[in-house]
Parts: sequence; structure tokens; C-alpha cells
Amino acid sequence: MSIHKKNTKLFEGSLVSQALKQSFVKLKPAVMLKNPVMFTVYIGTIIMLGVCIWIAAGETSQGSLAYNLIIFGVLFITVLFANFAEAIAEARGKAQANSLRKTREDTPAKKIFPVGEMYVNEMKIVPSSELRKGDHFLCEAGDMIPMDGEIIKGIATIDESAITGESAPVIRESGGDKSSVTGGTKVLSDKIEVRVTTEPGESFLDKMIALVEGASRQKTPNEIALTILLASFTIIFLIVCVTLKPFADYANTPITIGAFVSLYVCLIPTTIGGLLSAIGIAGMDRALRANVITKSGKAVETAGDIDVLLLDKTGTITIGNRKATNFYPADGVDEKHFIKCTVLSSMADETPEGKSIIELAGINPLSYEIQNPRFIKFTAETRNSGIDYEQIKIRKGASDAIRNLAEKAGNIFPAETAERVKLISSNGGTPLVVAENDKILGVIELQDIIKPGISERFERLRKMGIKTVMVTGDNPLTAKFIAEKAGVDDFIAEAKPEDKMNYIKKEQSEGRLVAMMGDGTNDAPALAQADVGVAMNSGTAAAKEAGNMVDLDNDPTKLIEIVEIGKQLLMTRGTLTTFSIANDVAKYFAIVPALFITSIPALQALNIMQLHSPESAILSAVIFNAIIIPMLIPLALKGVAYKPIGAVALLRRNLIIYGLGGIIVPFIGIKLLDLVVALFI
Amino acid sequence: MNTELIGVMVTFVITVLLAFPLGKYIAKMFAGEKTITDFMYPVERLIYRISGIDPNKGMNWKEFLKSMLAINMLWLFYAFFLLLNQAHLPLNPDGNPNMTPDLSFNTAISFLVNCNLQHYSGESGVTYLTQLFVITFLQFVSAATGIACAVALFNGLKHKTTDNLGNFWEIFTKSITRILLPLCIIMAVIMAFNGTPASFDGKDSIVTLQGDTVKVSRGPAAGMIAIKHLGTNGGGWFGANSAHPLENPNYFTNMVELVAQVLIPMAMLFAFGFYIKRKKFAYVIFGIMTVGMLFLVIPTIYWEMQGSTAIAKMGIMQATGAMEGKEVRFGPAASGYWSIITTIISTGSVNSMHDSSMPLSGMMQMLGMLINAFYGGCGVGILNYFIYIIIAVFIGGLMVGRTPEFLGHKVEAREVKIAALVTLLSAFLIKGGTALAAYYFVNHGNADWAVQPANWLNNPGNHGFSEMFYEFTSSNANNGSGFEGLGDNNIFWNVTTGFVLLLGRFIPIIGPIAIIGLLAKKKFIPESAGTLKVDSLTFGILTFTIIIILTALSYFPPLVLGPIAEYFGMK
Repeated sequence: MSIHKKNTKLFEGSLVSQALKQSFVKLKPAVMLKNPVMFTVYIGTIIMLGVCIWIAAGETSQGSLAYNLIIFGVLFITVLFANFAEAIAEARGKAQANSLRKTREDTPAKKIFPVGEMYVNEMKIVPSSELRKGDHFLCEAGDMIPMDGEIIKGIATIDESAITGESAPVIRESGGDKSSVTGGTKVLSDKIEVRVTTEPGESFLDKMIALVEGASRQKTPNEIALTILLASFTIIFLIVCVTLKPFADYANTPITIGAFVSLYVCLIPTTIGGLLSAIGIAGMDRALRANVITKSGKAVETAGDIDVLLLDKTGTITIGNRKATNFYPADGVDEKHFIKCTVLSSMADETPEGKSIIELAGINPLSYEIQNPRFIKFTAETRNSGIDYEQIKIRKGASDAIRNLAEKAGNIFPAETAERVKLISSNGGTPLVVAENDKILGVIELQDIIKPGISERFERLRKMGIKTVMVTGDNPLTAKFIAEKAGVDDFIAEAKPEDKMNYIKKEQSEGRLVAMMGDGTNDAPALAQADVGVAMNSGTAAAKEAGNMVDLDNDPTKLIEIVEIGKQLLMTRGTLTTFSIANDVAKYFAIVPALFITSIPALQALNIMQLHSPESAILSAVIFNAIIIPMLIPLALKGVAYKPIGAVALLRRNLIIYGLGGIIVPFIGIKLLDLVVALFI
Repeated sequence: MNTELIGVMVTFVITVLLAFPLGKYIAKMFAGEKTITDFMYPVERLIYRISGIDPNKGMNWKEFLKSMLAINMLWLFYAFFLLLNQAHLPLNPDGNPNMTPDLSFNTAISFLVNCNLQHYSGESGVTYLTQLFVITFLQFVSAATGIACAVALFNGLKHKTTDNLGNFWEIFTKSITRILLPLCIIMAVIMAFNGTPASFDGKDSIVTLQGDTVKVSRGPAAGMIAIKHLGTNGGGWFGANSAHPLENPNYFTNMVELVAQVLIPMAMLFAFGFYIKRKKFAYVIFGIMTVGMLFLVIPTIYWEMQGSTAIAKMGIMQATGAMEGKEVRFGPAASGYWSIITTIISTGSVNSMHDSSMPLSGMMQMLGMLINAFYGGCGVGILNYFIYIIIAVFIGGLMVGRTPEFLGHKVEAREVKIAALVTLLSAFLIKGGTALAAYYFVNHGNADWAVQPANWLNNPGNHGFSEMFYEFTSSNANNGSGFEGLGDNNIFWNVTTGFVLLLGRFIPIIGPIAIIGLLAKKKFIPESAGTLKVDSLTFGILTFTIIIILTALSYFPPLVLGPIAEYFGMK
């Protein structure tokens, strides 16, 4: 599906035209007022319009009409560019969310009308838009699920590829932690009855769209603090410009209103001011592109501050199930014979462990031509399984179960086998002992398979300063071993839901921020307690309600991506602020000599860029100031790349790129613009 | 190598060598550990008992500020009324008159805020009583107020989470009994032995070689000259301040006075490191401040030793450098060094006339005051630097992808708001004041005032602009030195600079104390690899860059119209 093209083009034609229109709509003063920095530019634009009219009416002290009109035009475009940045970010976010929402609109729903206990409930097909919270509907094989809901009866395989992009069907059933279904997914087999859990227009997606559209978007704490700082810079530069008037009078230098407004607009941090809200929206949008629905912009920002990450072992750190990794025949037993017996004993074993044994042996069990096989199923009582054929009886099972069998038959349990069993256990594995006719043949080692590449990811997290904690039901010994092997920093063994909760509370009381992922109802309190709680989309409604993000892919490693998205968001703001302020140095050197050169010719020495004339200098500076905004939109939308190289190294890197770069780039840019502008003046 | 330069270097090295152990001592003393000055304890106990103070009662930031502001207000009224009526009070052997209301307003504020904006001359403007019980008294208590507020900052950072910034009265008292008083006694003795007067007699008269009889002012000056430097106040006994031969008799006393004024500000930095147990952080701050000082000092000494281009154009040799306004016994290097030290430290005492410095040296002196945080005044230097740190922490924190935090405390909207306000205020006071003065000078030059605005300036043009800008810069920085070509003893300057002095003193103290109070109350966040380390060199450089950029951006236009235009004009 199209929504999974994660790198859709930055400026799609339809989005751009939509954003262009919005840039004008956003000129409404009430909307502009939300951004104090750009609002002052807006006022400057209006003042310049007044100046142009004044000149047209005959005023001569303010320079030529054309010159003032150009300044007016450039300022107007500056405002539009800032609006465009916000609009394009909104448009992209909305497009992304809409494509998710489209899948669930106007699907026919088999609504159930309960008519009492004695009669069969009536079922009628209605459009999905008529479903309300609490309604029940039915879905059979081949049906599209019309609305988000919770299964209350039945079990079904469901194709969720429309949402997750994962083609393998998943099983959802009532009662458990996997009872949630999402609108737009398709039932492949069986029949389920579902209760609608959200009102139309109130699903997480709807909420997210509202966030992106700005209707319910609130400034995040860091955004507020930054806005304050930017506003104070703006006031400082306002003071610079206002006091310049008496200073200039003292120096007998007339300065035009156009020059004052230009100086002011160039000095205030328009670059970051214009891009600030776009950066915030783009953060949510990037989360959505990673198939994560966020319930607030704050959650994304908080993700960047996470100190501790709680991860479930199964599925996150290890590949779902244990696998056979080694065969250890007992002394005096032929290895080939031992492997043959293990393969035969696993022939009818449908468990993933059993299959992995055959996989490891690499032998097709049917190649052994055996007569009259009789398969012994695993029971909780015997704790072994196996095969009987001819006169041979092969058993495979937990070491003490097989030991009992052997010792009852008067055979010894070889010392080296006992040793091996112990060794495997202490290495985090599970030993399976195999016996032929109650005589011990050897041990199969089953191990948790750690996901390839996961330890590198943990290393990356460690460099970010994030502590990883593995949560598992395993015993402490096994847990410790896997934790060490995977490279996590800590683990919670034999974990119960309240253990998670307590761990989170402990970390929080020490001042750390904790993120976790969960799906079950019993995860809900912990999800709510965590600073960032990511609920899996397959999880229960309670879990989804408790968390502040929902992961559509049900991918437990997603937390790592979310943290990086959060960090990128803050970094983009910080670096663009630095860039914006650093730009002022060059702008001063362009404008201030231009203002005073006529009355104090000695100041020509400050015109280090050798700009053509005072007018061209001022125009080049305001034009540079305007075009830098659209040039940085791609960076604002994509975010500054995060590199886990430690905070100090990262700071150094960003200071050089955006601080030093921010000082140098405008010198070059303004000079080049001046060369062009000079051609026309 | 040039002996003049060696003299400057030796002076600086001695300062560091003395400041380090003093810092260690200050940290120990405020931490309540055993020190050699414990014999002062009975005196302190007596003071506490008389004043009804419980020195062990902790204060939160609001209580701390309330105590500090209340006592300062009391001193202000006390000083104002004494100056207003000094003629009728005892210890006035020369029969000096009362101060005018606007002058006593300005003078009382000036010394209350640890500044020495002296719109009067010591010989004739004040009596021995007001010199001692107003001027010298305020020199002690204002310095101690600064130290106490810095220690409140230390206390906020010493503990993980606390709302106790210490007891103002206790810290204040100890600052005097354990730091200022002992050091002053030592220094006053040195000064007295080198020829500074220490007597209550009135004017003496001598017969010069030419046979004229000259009246020479004197008085109990040695003690005041000690505290004026140790307390970074700078207010001189005589009008010519430390350029006066009795106030600064020889090169040795010049070195002593130079060391003395930097001693406590520098020692406070080291004390900060020892006290909160983050020595590296203190060393990085010390390093950055020293680099900042060198950026100002080196060019200044170079320009001063080079001499004036205008004089060179006339074909006159200037082998001894730019000597206009300088004392022969100090020379251009020591005078250039002093002029920067006195402006970065907020002392404001002078041993040469800044008005006569080379144009760009004058700009360096202004920059020293505009930044006001390279070492900075007694205690308040750290508070000023702290504001820059908060801004650096905020921008730097965002740049590494985390909500900004300072030593384990999150820096959020409220703290940023306060830091932004403090920064904004300086820009407003300095440029607003200068703009107002420029406006009156241009548009109401002939206003019917005692001193007409048109007559304010000895040298109109770019230098005149510098004089006005310098005056407000100096007032806002609580520095006190001046480009003395400005006619400043009149209602306009006395009143405007009076208000600038008050706001420029107390807002930059209230701001940081409020921030630290808010921060210290927050939950402590342990450091991780993702945390921006404020004791790293990179962060130090970021702070330095922010200081430079912020100052340059805020004051570029007035600096261009004043010293820079003057410089290019002279070329």
C-alpha cells in the first residue's frame, strides 16, 4: 500500500498547491498572532505597505517607490514562506493520516441488533459510519472490519497488512491480550463478534489528524520555552532598532523607515521563528511514517528524553521461540545414531522447538525407513514425547523426566550428561535429554536466539545514554545469561505485571524518564505510569487507552525509532535556532555600514563584503533572510540527523555545522545576491 | 622582553596563586569546616544575638531575597540622609557642604549597588564621617551582599534537591568577618606603609619647588582603598581615584591594588568548584573567563603601547606609547591592563583616564562592562555568568536532542523566561538610557536646565557619543568608571543613572537566585551519556560564543557609532 512508502517525496505536487493556498489563509491576524516572531514581520510588512502608499502620495524622504515596493514584497514573501513551511508540514501529516483513515471509511458493516435472550439477534448491513461506540457487529471470512473494536466472541485470522504492511496473517481472539481489531483490516478465516470501542471521529487516527491540523495542537514545553527565548531576542532587536533612531539623529544620519524595518526583520530570528511549528508537526508526521500514532506532540518530545527503556524479551530481543543449537551425544554413543534418534523422536513434534531440531540435524525424517511408527505425545504428566517403532522406544524430554525413566529401568544417568545439562542451563539454554530404550543417548541444547543486530542497537542506545531493561518470565539465571548476551543493561526476571510497574516507579523516583511497550490489559497501569507508553495496535483497548502512542506495526523494537524521532525534533529546533542567530553577524555587516556610510564615510571599512551600494546591501540582506526559510524547509521536515556519539561530540558537531556554518553561509549568500541585485540598480 | 609586560604578567600570576588557596578557604569556611578564622566566631555570635538572628534557619529563595532586599533598602535611606546632612555632622575638618538631593540620591545608590559612579570629588564632596560611615560602610556591605548571593547559588547546586539556599544573615556576616575584614586589614597596612594617608587631620599644605603653597587633601584613606578594591567597588577617596599619588603611590601599590580587585571574584570561582565538588566545572569557567579577559587585555595593551595614530601623523615620536591621561609611574601596559581589569570586574577604580584611551581600547573597556561576567564583581560576577550559562544550556541542550538540564535540573520555560528578562533588561537600560540622552542632546540642547544638554559633552561627535554610552554601560554594570569628558553632576544624569544603577544591580541578582531556587526544588536527574556535560570544554566554548554573539548583536550599532567610527576616523 502506498502509505508504506516511507520516503514519499518531500514536495508532492498536490500537497504543495494545497499548502500554497493555506499560506494565504494563514495570513489571518488571529492565526499569525500564535507566532510572535513572525507576527512582528507581518506588522513590518503592513508598515512598508503604508510607506509605499505614502511615497506614492508624494513623500520624497523615504527613497524611491520601487525600492520600497521591493522591500514590501520581500517581507510579504517572508511571511508567506513561514506560513508555507507550516502548511506543507500539516499537509504531509494530514495526507499520511488520511491514507490510513481512508481504508476504513464506508465499509459495509454487519451490525447486530440485540432483541433479547429468547430470540436470535437480528443482523443488518449498515454503512460503517452509522456504528456507534458500544454497538456490536459481526465479521466473517472475507469481510473488511469496519471500525476499531474489541472481539467479544470468537477467534479469527486477520490480514492486517493494510495497516502494518506485514503480509503474514495474525490471530485475534476474544478475552486475551490480542482481542483488538482495527478498522480497515480483513478477516481471513472464521467468524468474530466485535464491540465498537470508539465513536466515529474519535479514533486515535482522528485525534492525530486534529493534532496535525492545528485545531487541538498545543505547544510542547520545550517549544514554549524556545518561543520565550526567541521572543526575548526579538525584543532585544526591537530595542536595537528603536534606539537607533536617536543614535542616528545624533550622528546626523537620516535613516528611512524601509531601512529600519529591513534591519529589524533581518535581525530577529525569522528563520527559526518561521520554521518552529513546522518542525513540531514534522516530528509527529515522522512518527506516523514509522507507523506510530502519537496522542500528543509532547509525547514525541518526551521520547527524546527517555533514560530507561523497558523491552519484552520475546519478540524484541529474541526471535519468538527457542531453537535447537547443539547435539551432545553421551560418551560411547555414536553421534550419527544419536542424531537419528533425535530426529525420529521429533518427527511428529509440531512445536517450534521440535521443528528446529529437525532443522538443525538437516535430515528428512522420512529418509529413515521405519516400520509401524507409533508417536507418543507430550503430556504435562510424563513431560516427554517420542516414538515407538519395531522394538525401539525413543523418548525426548526434560532431563529429570528422562532421568527417572532411565533410573527406573536400572540404567545410569551418565555423569558427563548431567554435567552438560547443568552447563546448558547456566548458559541460558534448555536441555532436552534423549533416551533409546531407557538408555541415555545424549542432550539436545535449545537456545533463545537473539535477534541479529539487536546488540548493536543496544550499543547505540547506550551511547545515547539510554539504559535498556529486559523484561522476561524466565528464571533469573536464564534471564541474566540472555541479558548479557544481548547486551541489555538490566533485566527483570520472572516478571509479573506489578514488577514492571514497580521498576518504572523506582526509576522515576530517581528522576529518570521511562518508556515501555505493552499490549495486555495488565500492562495498562504500567503503560500509563511510564513517561512514554507505546501500546501495540493488536493490544487491548485498555492498553491503547493507557499509552500515549500506538504502534500500528506491533513491532517492539519501534521504541528505539521513537526515541530517535524525539531527539531529532529537539535537535532540529536547537540547531536552527543557532543557525538563525549566527546569521545575524553577516546581516549586521551588510546593513549597518549601509545605514551610516553616507554620513560617516570612514565606516566603509566595515563593508567587508564590498557590497555594491547601501540599497543593494539592504535588499540582499532581506532577500537572503526570506529565501533561507524555504531552503531550510526540507531540513525542518526531515529533521537533523541524530548520531549517537555522545552529547559533547554531538554538540561540537552541530556547533561547527550550524553555528560556524550559520556565520559563514550568509556572508557568501548576501554577497552573491548583491552581485545579482547590483545588475538591476 | 619588555619589563612593562613582564610586570603585567607577574601581577596576573600572583593573583591566580593567591586566589586559588583563598577559594579553597572560602569553600571550607562556608561549608562550616574548621578554618583559621574560627576565632571570629564569638564576634559573629554576638552580632547574631544582638540582631536576633538564628543563623541555622535555612531560607528558600524568596525568603533569602526578601532579607537581602530589606536590609539594602534600609542602607539606602540611611546613606541618603547622611549625605544630605553631612555638613552639620562631626568629622568634617575641611568644612565640606551638604550634597544636593539628586547627587546624594545618585551617590547613595551608587555605593549601595557596589558601584562607584562618583559624580562628586572626594576631597570636597564628602566629609570624613560620610567617607567612613557611608562610603566605606557600603563598600563592605555591598561586597558582602554580592558574596552572600553567590553562596546562595552554590547552596542551590550543592544538594540534589533542596529549597534551602542558606541563611542570608549568616552568610552575609561571615563574608565580612571571615573574608573582607581580615584581607582589608592586611592590605590597609601595606598601603599605609607605602605612603597612603591614614589620619583624621584636615588638609595639609606644602610648598612646591616653584615656591607655591598647595593644600593637600588627606584623611583615613588606607582602609577605604583596601576595601574599594577587595570589594570590587572602586570608589576612590580622592577625585582622581587610583591615579592620585596618595591613593596609589608607586608601582608596587599599583600591583597590590590590581591583585586585590581580582582576588575575591577569582577566588569565588575556585570556591564554587570546591564547594559543590565540581572542580572541573570551575576550572572550565575560570579558563573561559581568562580567555575572555585576554581577548580584551591583549589588544588594549597593544594599542596603548603603540600610541595614537593622530599624534604619529604630526610626526611626534611616542616611544612610551599613548601617555595622554596616564601616570608616568605606571606606563601604558599597566594602565591598559588596569583599564580592562577594572571594567570586567566591575571595580571601576582607575589609574588612568579612560576618556583618553585609544578608541578601540575604549571599546574593549565598554565590552568588559557590557559582558560583565569575565570574573565579574564580588559574587555577582558568577551570577551574571550563570545567566549566560542558562541560555547556553538551553540552546546546547536542544542541540543534543534532550530537554535542557543544568547539573541534573531541567531548565524549562520559567527559568528561560527569567534569564531572557535579565538579558533583555541590560539591553534596554543601556541603549534606552543612551537613546534618551542622545535625544535630549539633539532635540532639546537648549533646555532650561542647570546644565544645558548641549553642554554635557566636552567632545561632541563620535567620542561624545561614546561618553554617554559609556556612562550608561558603566551604570548598568555597576562599574562606576567613566569617560570623564561628560558633565554628569546634574539632575538628568544623577537621576537616570541612579535608576539604571538600582535596576542593573538588583534584577541581575534576583533573576539568578530565583532561577536557582526553582531549579534546586526540581527533581534531580542523574547524568547519562546523553546528558550535555556542562563541565566540558565544548560547553565552555558554547557559553563563550553565546556571550560574544549576544553582546555583539545587542550593542553593535552603538559601538559602531562610538569607538569604531572614531577609530576609522582617526586612521
